[in-house]
Amino acid sequence: MNAIVTAIKEVYGLFVEDGSYAAGILIWLVFAIVVFAHVQRLGGFRAPILLAGLLALLVENVVRSARRLKANN
Amino acid sequence: MFAWAHAGTAFTASFLASLVEFVEALTIVLAVGSVRGWRSAFIGTGLGALFLAALVLFFDPALQRVPIGTLQVVIGILLLLFGMRWLRKAILRYAGVIGMHDEAAIYEKQTSKLAEVIPSRRTAIDKIALATSFKAVTIEGLEVVFIVIATGAAGRNIVPAVAGAALAGCLVILLGIAVHRPLTQVPENTLKFAVGIILSAFGVFWVGEGLHLGWPGSDLSLIGLAVVFLLVSLLAVRLARMSVRQTAL
Repeated sequence: MNAIVTAIKEVYGLFVEDGSYAAGILIWLVFAIVVFAHVQRLGGFRAPILLAGLLALLVENVVRSARRLKANN
Repeated sequence: MFAWAHAGTAFTASFLASLVEFVEALTIVLAVGSVRGWRSAFIGTGLGALFLAALVLFFDPALQRVPIGTLQVVIGILLLLFGMRWLRKAILRYAGVIGMHDEAAIYEKQTSKLAEVIPSRRTAIDKIALATSFKAVTIEGLEVVFIVIATGAAGRNIVPAVAGAALAGCLVILLGIAVHRPLTQVPENTLKFAVGIILSAFGVFWVGEGLHLGWPGSDLSLIGLAVVFLLVSLLAVRLARMSVRQTAL
């Protein structure tokens, strides 16, 4: 049983380190998938929009984490 | 040319990521071998490698049956979670927010921990040595398996991905035999930064492909995506440093 719990934790840890960051990525992807399926007007901008959202999440999380981790030290 | 671009990227991502993970596994196996004997360390390593190979052999044929569009979206999402996690950590390390990965320190910690436990004299196999080296190889190797399957399966490029991981494995083993101590000269943090960029680029590319978003330049946009991730990551390092300085004031 312990081995199974450890294995599940290891697999979870492969993808999630900062919960809010992983949740943000997932929410953005689901939002993009739903919006892109319904709004056809975006056309060729859909791929760059998808990328821009992910990059914004990365920068926001890094800056926030840097501030939080340094404040805790 | 496009097929080569895909195969080359799958090979490179798999090779670099595997290099990092195998170096980390080697540190623990070396610690186990030097403190508790090489026989059990090698058996644990071999069993771990067999387990990882079995995972690849099981998952790759199973994933071949999944429709390519669905596979690309699912693998793309997982690659984004995985790659952007690596990238975030690498950026925070470069910004000086968290400490750099130190193989020598890990080796020292492992050897002193293993030396504290008295080995059992009843059996020829040291269970602690076997379990520690098995665990090190499987835990570090799990990331390699994921990268091999993810970069290989979504683009139907499993052979170059496996070849990249195998080459990295052979290289690390040969270097380990040659130097007989942790590979502290391998620039792990830089490699992790690079792999995070490649995997994130792969992830967003596959999600876009699976959703038929149409990347400008088609398959070659992978290179452009990697460049964009690199530039934004370098900007993020600067912003994180500035943020730390402001917090310190």
